[in-house]
Amino acid sequence: MTSPAPSIVPAPPPKPNALFEYLQRLGDDRLILGHRLSEWCGHAPILEEDIALANVALDLLGQATILLRMAGEVEGRGRNEDALAYFREAVEFRNCQLAELPTGDFGFTIARQFLFDVYDVVLLDALTKSTNAELAAIAGKSLKEARYHVRHSGEWMLKLGDGTDESHRRVQAALDELWRYTPELFAVDEIDDELAANGVVPDLAALKPAWESLVREVFDRATLTTPNDVPRPPRARGGRTGAHTEHLGHLLAEMQIVARSHPGAAW
Amino acid sequence: MASTVINQVVGRQADSLTGESQWPLWEVFTQSEQGAPHEHAGSLHAVDAEQALQNARDVYARRGGVISLWVIPSGAITASSPSESGPFFDPGADKAYRHPQFYKVPRGVRGV
Repeated sequence: MTSPAPSIVPAPPPKPNALFEYLQRLGDDRLILGHRLSEWCGHAPILEEDIALANVALDLLGQATILLRMAGEVEGRGRNEDALAYFREAVEFRNCQLAELPTGDFGFTIARQFLFDVYDVVLLDALTKSTNAELAAIAGKSLKEARYHVRHSGEWMLKLGDGTDESHRRVQAALDELWRYTPELFAVDEIDDELAANGVVPDLAALKPAWESLVREVFDRATLTTPNDVPRPPRARGGRTGAHTEHLGHLLAEMQIVARSHPGAAW
Repeated sequence: MASTVINQVVGRQADSLTGESQWPLWEVFTQSEQGAPHEHAGSLHAVDAEQALQNARDVYARRGGVISLWVIPSGAITASSPSESGPFFDPGADKAYRHPQFYKVPRGVRGV
């Protein structure tokens, strides 16, 4: 009786928990974008807009909190939302790259926000039909907020696009820069496939036409030109698998330093 | 050349001092419950009615307690003048019959 020869092929990495991965994607999009928006606090062009942007940032932070809390519970290793937000490294974050790009000027901030807000409404609306009751409930609560967000950023798109020469030029330049980050929003991988098969999440790719027709309608009314599409990206994704731009590291350094310097601090 | 620059800077400051560079002012009224009156909550700046409504929502309704908002261009309000306050408001405190103080309010009636 001989024992089988030890395999020289390394064991495949353990299969990631699909729901945990997906909840991090949802939560991290909102955490990172909310943080970017919060950078406007005290710097927005006018007091009322300062409050409006901080308000949207707080909505996104609130959504991130419940999504990452649920992610921690699903993972089952005792990590709560704070542990996930403050004690993961950049490669462990699952947000889309669109969310982490630097704030830029006001036109860039609004254009990015608008692209995301429309995506958010389309996605959350579909997630309210999730077979996971908890996720469906979170989506329903967040959808109300997202509907307001898109009203705010959509109105600004019209004002900036159809405003002065300078505002038009700036917001068009922002769109031209941002457009290549939008395919990532709808790219699917095996995580999505597994969850979509059980009706936990919608088929992201199927949501793209609705998103595209909504954003193009606003571009038209705002006299903005839809940028040319980039070739379809490969299935392997950037931010969703932890590949980020250099900007995320800088953002995290600022966002995480207090929690890391004073672990367990409460106030 | 230098004086042109100075004029521009001074001109810009003068604009901001006189409020010429500001967006129009709006008055905000909030209603706290069905049937309650809309009450003046404050004012804000906005370029149009939709933006005024959104700003009012964020500035005056974000912490809840509001079910309806009105926004009105401040310029649309006709106000009494302080110099007329005497003729307008001297109430005739000596005319007790103007005040409905001779009725008993039934128990259970609220909001009076």
